[in-house]
Amino acid sequence: MPSLLKRLPLGAIVDVLMPVLAVLGALLVGALMLIALGANPVEAYGALLEGAFGSANAIAETAVKATPLLLVGLGICISFRANVINIGGEGQMVVGALFAVAVALAVPNLPPLLLLPAVLLVGFLAGGLWGGIPGVLKAYLNVNEILSTIMLNIVAVQGMNFLLRGAMIDPAEIEAGTRIPQTMRLSPAADLPVLVPDTRLHLGVIIALVLAVFVYIFLWRTTIGYRIRAVGHNPEASRYAGINVKQYTVLALVLSGAFAGLAGAILVFGSESHRMVTDGSATGFTGSAGFNGIVAALFGGLHPLTTIPASFLFGALLVGANKLQRAVQVPAALIGALNGLVVIFVVSTDLIRRRLTQRRALREPQPESETRPPQTESSHAK
Amino acid sequence: MKKNRSLIVVAGILVLALLVVGCAAPATPTEAPTEEPMAEPFRIAVVSPSAINDLAFSQSIYDAVTLIQEEMGGESAVEVAFSDNMFVVEDAAAAIRDYASEGYDLVIAHGSQYGGSLVEIAPEFTDTAFAWGTAGDTFTDQGVTNVYAYEAASDQGGYVMGVMGAALSESGVIGVVGPIEVGDAKLYVDGFTLGAAAQNPDVTVNVNYINSFSDVALASEAAQAQVNAGADVMTGTAQMVVGAIGVADENGVLWFGTQANQTSLAPDIVVASQVYHWEVVLRDIIANIQGGTLGGEAYAINLENGGEVIEFNPDFALPDDVKTLADDTIQGIIDGSITYELPTE
Amino acid sequence: MLSELLTTDVLIGIVASGIRLATSYLYAAIGETFGQLSGVLNLGVDGIMLMGAFGAYYAVIKTDSLFLGVLTAVGIGLIMGLAMAYVSVTLQAEQGISGIGFYLFGLGMSDLLFRKLVGTPLPASTFPRLHIPLLSDMPILGEVFFRHSLMVYLAFLLVPISSYVINRTTFGLKVRAVGQNPEAGDTLGINVNRIRYTTVILGSVLAAVGGASLSIALLGIFQQNLTNGQGFIAVALVYFGAWRPAGVMGGALLYGLVAALVLAGNTTGIIPRSGADIAAMMPALLTILALVIATRQVHQPAALSKPYKRGE
Repeated sequence: MPSLLKRLPLGAIVDVLMPVLAVLGALLVGALMLIALGANPVEAYGALLEGAFGSANAIAETAVKATPLLLVGLGICISFRANVINIGGEGQMVVGALFAVAVALAVPNLPPLLLLPAVLLVGFLAGGLWGGIPGVLKAYLNVNEILSTIMLNIVAVQGMNFLLRGAMIDPAEIEAGTRIPQTMRLSPAADLPVLVPDTRLHLGVIIALVLAVFVYIFLWRTTIGYRIRAVGHNPEASRYAGINVKQYTVLALVLSGAFAGLAGAILVFGSESHRMVTDGSATGFTGSAGFNGIVAALFGGLHPLTTIPASFLFGALLVGANKLQRAVQVPAALIGALNGLVVIFVVSTDLIRRRLTQRRALREPQPESETRPPQTESSHAK
Repeated sequence: MKKNRSLIVVAGILVLALLVVGCAAPATPTEAPTEEPMAEPFRIAVVSPSAINDLAFSQSIYDAVTLIQEEMGGESAVEVAFSDNMFVVEDAAAAIRDYASEGYDLVIAHGSQYGGSLVEIAPEFTDTAFAWGTAGDTFTDQGVTNVYAYEAASDQGGYVMGVMGAALSESGVIGVVGPIEVGDAKLYVDGFTLGAAAQNPDVTVNVNYINSFSDVALASEAAQAQVNAGADVMTGTAQMVVGAIGVADENGVLWFGTQANQTSLAPDIVVASQVYHWEVVLRDIIANIQGGTLGGEAYAINLENGGEVIEFNPDFALPDDVKTLADDTIQGIIDGSITYELPTE
Repeated sequence: MLSELLTTDVLIGIVASGIRLATSYLYAAIGETFGQLSGVLNLGVDGIMLMGAFGAYYAVIKTDSLFLGVLTAVGIGLIMGLAMAYVSVTLQAEQGISGIGFYLFGLGMSDLLFRKLVGTPLPASTFPRLHIPLLSDMPILGEVFFRHSLMVYLAFLLVPISSYVINRTTFGLKVRAVGQNPEAGDTLGINVNRIRYTTVILGSVLAAVGGASLSIALLGIFQQNLTNGQGFIAVALVYFGAWRPAGVMGGALLYGLVAALVLAGNTTGIIPRSGADIAAMMPALLTILALVIATRQVHQPAALSKPYKRGE
């Protein structure tokens, strides 16, 4: 078997095949769980595929679901390559959305050509601000970014609760006495235009795709991008080369936060309700996209372009799994467990993939691919 | 290594085969085919934000719909589908939309936060009836005709229990543990506070909104803080309150519950629960739908129509005078002789 | 109003409450400290806590034996730890993602089992608050420190124990060596993978016991997502504590005490209801602030989250 694989010029295909097989492996375990719950796995997985890809609507839903994952993932690509672990996507999405919504509430009568870019830009900048805080804390005060980003997530969500049930609440809610923590229906000028009629496929999807290309160009074709990668790869050497490591650490977190902030804004302005509403949970309104985006980026090998299919597949899993739940009426909890299994199985094939890559590399020298996520560095005196 | 890989390949092929078969088979939702000349089953779908066994918000709609299903003849007459734990609004919207497109007769959006999405979805499925709770807006002013709304006058039951609590409290301190001060939770707590004050203006009601619907540990320590502050009667709302009930139980503090019957959690100290019986309004809604009206009316469950019922714990020795007081208060609210004004802040 | 808060009774209540709130964080964070010291990052702590919490809860409602409850949690911790170690150490998967995978799995699985095996929640018996002769009866200190359950005391006992193990045993030395420089450790004959398996499993067992400390000690109930993200905060606390058990304890206590303070403030009305959200941020904010103020040189395990590949 191995020798045959080596001879096939399709080694790269194996690279793609392994995760697919892993997903299938996880679904096999899931099938056993489904049977234990009295559901028909064949019907269930059929529903999953139908929900993710079975119609124009389904594909649109998948794309819309994947968009925040991709955007957060792009930010993760940048930060992880600078060796900074950003677990603050949740909070950065919230802050980005809040500021974007504030703009839409403040100047609702601007024409769409002005308002839409404005809210998205504000979302981007605000997220960058929220990402900058842990960045500065890490670079100049040695506060570990895993700690600060996790804590700032909590701060952001509570801040959102404060605003959405206070200053930003829909006046109609106060009148009606129902006090649902949501804004009013936001200005239609800020609606993300739907691209395919009768679906929910909105402009945000295209924006994310275009930005993926930009991030690729940024990281590999600009000086700043090169320096970000250098800092992540070898901070000591970078310092010798005159790169201000601290500044680039901050920049990496700022950019990472900015993409998450944009994701938050797009999530709100592309939503079904066109309002910002909190669900009262610890994640607020993001649906864990800030978190799942990390998974998507890591599955994509921290490369912006491969993060695209990774996000779409993960989005497909999320959308399809919900359809599965509806179709065979298993508890929603099963879906979460299934998602977890898929993640575990796929990430477990890493080694096999790398071993196969090595065997190929032994025969043909290949450039070292920078797909390893951050080796969390020691914070030495700077 | 080789063995691992072969295993994976075999597993993969197996599952691939399963999937192919699955794709080939029409992936329709499980539907009981009706062979009898009887009418097709009435299909209800429910989307709710928390778990259906949370002994609180989602539990109440689950119990109601299951009861309706039984009343109307069981699974052959009423088909029910649940998607619970849909706290992410976008996912809930997708679920609502999907159930509608699958031809469900009534899609219940059991979450105040779903309204903004529902108003966009409903017009696209004019053959489907939607019910939105807890809320009072049927969107008729926006030209929508297929949405019913339902809410709970939870302040009423809250008031009654506030009166009881103040009457039962010997220390004169009552504790309340709440989630975030919004929606149904706020209504209940405001009503409770007013009732306690009406019964005894000298009673102190300490309200603690812990700002989470799910932090059970925090709720338990919040209850502990209330106990430390001298409370011998407590109440609370939302699913994390099970933590508070445990502390009340440990300390012999009396508990009043809401949304679902919480006696089973602490049979020694639960005095009564305001139980939501949504079936009272669901029956009307379903009747209307079967009669051809798919929306446009707002309902409320309250003490008068039996949608809210104060269910007393039979194992708790409630003094007769307090029971009479409670019944009188209920009657007073129903016939309008007892009125109160909810705070607007 | 502030005078209400500063009475001895209230302060006693706050500190005692803070200690109880810190307990589950402490179990999980100490466990994670071992893992991280050996170079393995486990972001799945929350999922393991949830599975442990459910397992203990289920055992107790079925058998009424608290001991069996803890044993079940330990067993669950062992199994999940083994799985985590296999994926992270042997299969050398990216530890960030594998952790998240375990979290998602634990979150869903615990809820699923709860739904199917229990259904409507039943109260479970809990570890009683212990009465220690003499100590519990001391006026102030007794009320604050000596009226807790066994699970609380065990958690805090873990601090000096783990500190000793890490700093004064051969095992601890190997753990730290493996986390700093696995190649060197390997050369010296330390079985890197075995050490990592041990620490990951240990961490997992402690996380599961931490979950049990919630379901069958503090609360006596289970609910979907009972931990509400505590596992992640526990991971953050490891960084706060600079991989030292005493520091981790400090972080857990800070977090718990601030939360308890906020609760007291809410109850007495000192914190207005309009400020409930700002108050709820305080534990998180103050934890960051504390670290900013106490800024110091921190050297994290150099090999943290890098799988060890021998000879590569």
